[in-house]
Formats: sequence, structure tokens, C-alpha cells
Amino acid sequence: MVEAVAGPAGPRPVRALSRRNIILYGTLIVIAIYYILPLYVMVVTSLKGMPEIRLGNIFSPPVEVTFQPWVKAWAQACTGLNCDGLSRGFWNSVVITVPSVVLSIVIASVNGYALANWRFRGANIFFTILIFGAFIPYQVMIYPLVIILREIGLYGKLPGLVLVHTIFGMPILTLLFRNYFTSIPEELFKAARVDGAGFWGIYFKIMLPMSLPIFVVAMILQITGIWNDFLFGVIYTKPEAYPMTVQLNNIVKSVQGVQEYNVNMAATILTGLVPLIVYFVSGKLFVRGIAAGAVKG
Amino acid sequence: MASVSVKNLDLSFGSVKVLQNLNLEIEKGEFLVLLGSSGCGKSTLLNCIAGLLDVTGGQIFINEKNVTWNEPKDRDIGMVFQSYALYPQMTVEGNLSFGLKNARMPRGEIAQRIQRAAKILHIEPLLKRKPAQLSGGQRQRVAIGRALVRDVDVFLFDEPLSNLDAKLRAELRVEIKRLHQTLQDNTMIYVTHDQIEAMTLADRIAIMRGGAIQQLADPHTIYNKPVNKYVAGFIGSPGINFLDGNAIEGATPSFDAQGIVIPMDRYAFAQTPQPKPAVFGIRPEHVLHGDAAVGQAFSQQVAVDVIEPMGSDTLIWSKLGPQDFRFRVDGQADLSVGDQVLIGFDPANASAFDAQSELRL
Repeated sequence: MVEAVAGPAGPRPVRALSRRNIILYGTLIVIAIYYILPLYVMVVTSLKGMPEIRLGNIFSPPVEVTFQPWVKAWAQACTGLNCDGLSRGFWNSVVITVPSVVLSIVIASVNGYALANWRFRGANIFFTILIFGAFIPYQVMIYPLVIILREIGLYGKLPGLVLVHTIFGMPILTLLFRNYFTSIPEELFKAARVDGAGFWGIYFKIMLPMSLPIFVVAMILQITGIWNDFLFGVIYTKPEAYPMTVQLNNIVKSVQGVQEYNVNMAATILTGLVPLIVYFVSGKLFVRGIAAGAVKG
Repeated sequence: MASVSVKNLDLSFGSVKVLQNLNLEIEKGEFLVLLGSSGCGKSTLLNCIAGLLDVTGGQIFINEKNVTWNEPKDRDIGMVFQSYALYPQMTVEGNLSFGLKNARMPRGEIAQRIQRAAKILHIEPLLKRKPAQLSGGQRQRVAIGRALVRDVDVFLFDEPLSNLDAKLRAELRVEIKRLHQTLQDNTMIYVTHDQIEAMTLADRIAIMRGGAIQQLADPHTIYNKPVNKYVAGFIGSPGINFLDGNAIEGATPSFDAQGIVIPMDRYAFAQTPQPKPAVFGIRPEHVLHGDAAVGQAFSQQVAVDVIEPMGSDTLIWSKLGPQDFRFRVDGQADLSVGDQVLIGFDPANASAFDAQSELRL
């Protein structure tokens, strides 16, 4: 017979670092270092002067911190004829990214909503074709698109590039929105119809307020995708309208003069800053949105 | 005057025919329940009446107006869904007013109607809350309110109580009944798979199976005079006893349940009896036992096989000849397995069906 005891039996489980935990955390820390090391090298190098870099100790922190490379990368570095640094490319990228993101999300969300809730005739075929588009390597379409843009007079201009980005964002974004809207209970949609709301009424008053997470996901996907795009930027624009990535490439790859590693590093960080900030600001919503889309979609 | 009439309605999804040539007339102020197991087309029929599904053929009239192709909002209907379907980002007040705002109703009138509906449904203290802050019962009240404020003629309920727990379901069931008594002019069509809800609420029940209405009658008739074997088996809990056997013609028609002969002279035949294979059905609650069974048109000694106590009453399993036979006794009855009991019933309470067509004999 066992005596009845008050409370649970046995010692309380210990929460201290166990052998298993040490291995687990050790592995995680090593992997974290592996990923963060390049960033560390970049930041450190960008804060050194050229003489210090030539010493070759790429891991050592800067002896004399200088922000000159950052200033140069932003405002003075030369690409081709222009010597006004990355700032020109930054504003070009902003002008390309903002309308592309807004336009593609607006169109794709309405697409997704129509495909999910208003099963029009041929909806399935339309959807299949759209998704098929996501699997065609887009290099195939580069040349035809050049001709199309030339014919409608947008080749080499920013609106042309915005159009290209909007179109290429369509398949994956539509899929994203359709799956999300499908996960919203159909009865809600039916109730709104009985309540007399139309296509746009339901979209704006019922669907939109419920879909913030998925809009954030779409926004992050598009901002990073379009900001980091190089190929379309170099093909469909002219030098004065180059986006930041193209300009960065031109700065880093310049074959004349000395390779200014510190300026290159600063320029690269500057270019990558925008997607990085977007992730940090909306990271939580991003995870929530991905989960929402994944679990219920 | 017919409030809702469905004429020769067909609905198919691709090659699957869900509803076929369905006809239904519902009187003004009537409470009609569409009852059936899942997949029988009852919710589909309701969605067709609501205008949420495009019909393949046939017509739907509401208040003598052909609304077959009208939008849901133009049909003078309100609908309550199983999952409540409240708009999560709006307050209760917002939910109630959404339809009225869409109809561009003046603000004063909206406030007045919300007040009235909130009073009827006892949700006045909840008006400023969001649906997430409400319990299941409260949410369903709001959902009913959303139909109520629109001042419609026809209420459509799509299994409104199925998401609630048993106790709340019973409470809200009574409230829906009370609501129907308050709003005497409003027609209500109510879809459910719960026969208790159907029996308690309905003026008439339509039992559906495979996209067709099997029987459309008041609860009393459905219970006592099921039109076929399916309806007899579907309605009633515990389920009706079915005994396979043969109908026998003679001076006094009778039924031979594999050796046990039941005299059928007191049974009201729907058609002239003919000797053929048939099924005899008698409800467990119509079987008497002990002293009460003495003198019944049919009586027999049986042995108790299994006892299922259910509190208020107890279900006894036994054998009548070779076939299983259940009967209900009082919950306080003192019986144990192996006891011999005299049971008896009046065949006038029974139902007999053709073994082949399963139609009532």
C-alpha cells in the first residue's frame, strides 16, 4: 500500500542546463555565429579606413572608426558619368517599389477574393493558367516583354518596370490571397450577401478588415522581391533610372582605380537595409500571417 | 396565401444531382422544419431559397413574387447560420446595423430597430461588445437579431443550434419557439438533423432523403403514420422495432413475423392487404408490459436480454421469435436480465411496410 501524499510525488524536475540542452544551445549558437559573421565583417570593414583594411585583419574591430566610407557610398561614389553615389539609385528604387507593391497587392487581393468567393464561370481555368505562370522561368519572357514595352512606349521608363513587377508578382500573390480568403468561413460571406452587401461592399467591409496579416505577408514578399530585383532593373530601365541594386553592382564591379572595400561594404549594407528594416518592423505579423495562411489554407 | 413556394426545383453540381424536381408550399406564418441526415440536400434547399445558390431549373416564389434569379437581399429573407457568421471586426451593434446601412436606411430608424430587436432577444447590454467577447448562446442571439432587424417576412435557419452544447440548445430552442409565437406573421424555415428540434418546433416537418422530400406533414402524423420505412426509422428515439415477415391475407389479416403471428384486424391499412413479404414496425414506447399487456390484441412472453437504464425510463432488449425487439419500461421498473416478461401492444399503433417498395401498407 502506498500512502496518499499531498501534492505530486518525486522531486520537481530541474530546469538547469542539462547535457542535452548544452548540445542544443551550442549548435544553435555556432549556427548563429556562422550566419552573423559575414555581417560582422561587413560592418567592421565599412567603418575602417583603407590603410587599416590593407593590414588584412578582417575580423579585428576598427582601430579608428570612420564614417567616411558610408558618406562616400551614399553621396559620392561614381557609376558611369554620375558621381552622386547610391542616393540616386535609392530614390529610383523607392519610385519603382512603392507603386509596384501597392498596385500588385491591390490587384492580386481582388483577384484572390473573386476567385475564392465569387466562383464565376471559368474560374478554375483562369486560376490554373495564373498558377502555371508561376512555374515558367521568367527569363523566357524577357525578350517578348522588351518588345511589348517598346510597342506601348514604356521601354526604359520607370512605369514600364512597375508594370513588369506588377505582372510578375501576380501568380504567387493571387495564390496567397485566394488561399487566405478561402480560409475565411463561407457563411460569413453568405451572411453579408443576405445583408445586401455587393462585391465591393463585402471586399472592403468584411474581407479587408479580417486580412491584415496576409496583407503584411504580401507586402513583405513584394518589397523584398522588388527591392532586391536586379535582372528586370538592368534590362527594362536606362542608366539614369537604374534601381539601387544595379547601381550597387556598378560601384562594386568598377574596374578602374583602387577597390575601396570599405565603400563597397557600406554600399552593400545600405542597399540591404530596406528589406532588413521591413523584416524587423513587421516580423511578428509576418510569422502570424504565414501561419494563418498555412494552417487554414 | 403561400409565403414561400418552390416549384419543380432542380439543382445539380456538374453531373451530381442534389435536388430533383422538388415541390414545396409553405403557408404564411408557418414554421417548417427540413429534417434529414447529412447530405440529404436540406441545407442546399435552404440556400436555394435564400438565393445563395443558383438553381439549375424550376422556380422559387416568395410572397407570390418570382424571386428565382433575385439577389438574396431582394428576397425579403433573413438567415441564421450554424457558425453564427458574425462579422468579427464589428460590434454587436455594427453587426445588427450592417444590413440596414447597406439598404441606406435613415440612422434614427436603424437605432429604433436595433433597440427593438435587442429587447426581444435580451442582448441590450451586449450592444457595444465584439463577437469574440460573447458566449455561443449570445452569439447565436445576435445572429438571430441580424435577421430580426431587417424586418423580413421569411426567416431561414441553417442548423442554428448545432454548435451549442446540449443545455444551451434546449434553452435557445424554446426561445426560437417563443420568438415564432411573438412574430406570428413570419414564416420560418428551419434546417436541422436533430429530430427533437424538429418535433418540438415544427408546424410541419419535411423529411428529406437523397434530395427528395419523403414526407411532409405535421409532427404527429410523421411520428404515428410514417409514410415509408425510412421515415419510420429516422423519427423516434429509441428507434422503432422492425420485424421482417409476411403479410397474410384471410378473414382477419395478420402478420407472420417468422413464426410469431400478429393479428392485424385493428390496423388501418393504407392499401388492400395482399400476401407478400413485409416489415412490421412498432415503437418501443407503444409496447406495454406486465399487467398492462394483458388483454392487448397481441401479447407474448419474452426474456430480458439487455437492460439500458436512461434515468426517466429504461430500454429493454429482448427477442420476439428470432428477431431483436426493444421496449420501454418505466425507469423505476424492477427487472433483471433473464426475467420473463409479458409484453403486448395494439397493432393500431403499428406501421407496416412493403418489404420491397418500403412504402406504408
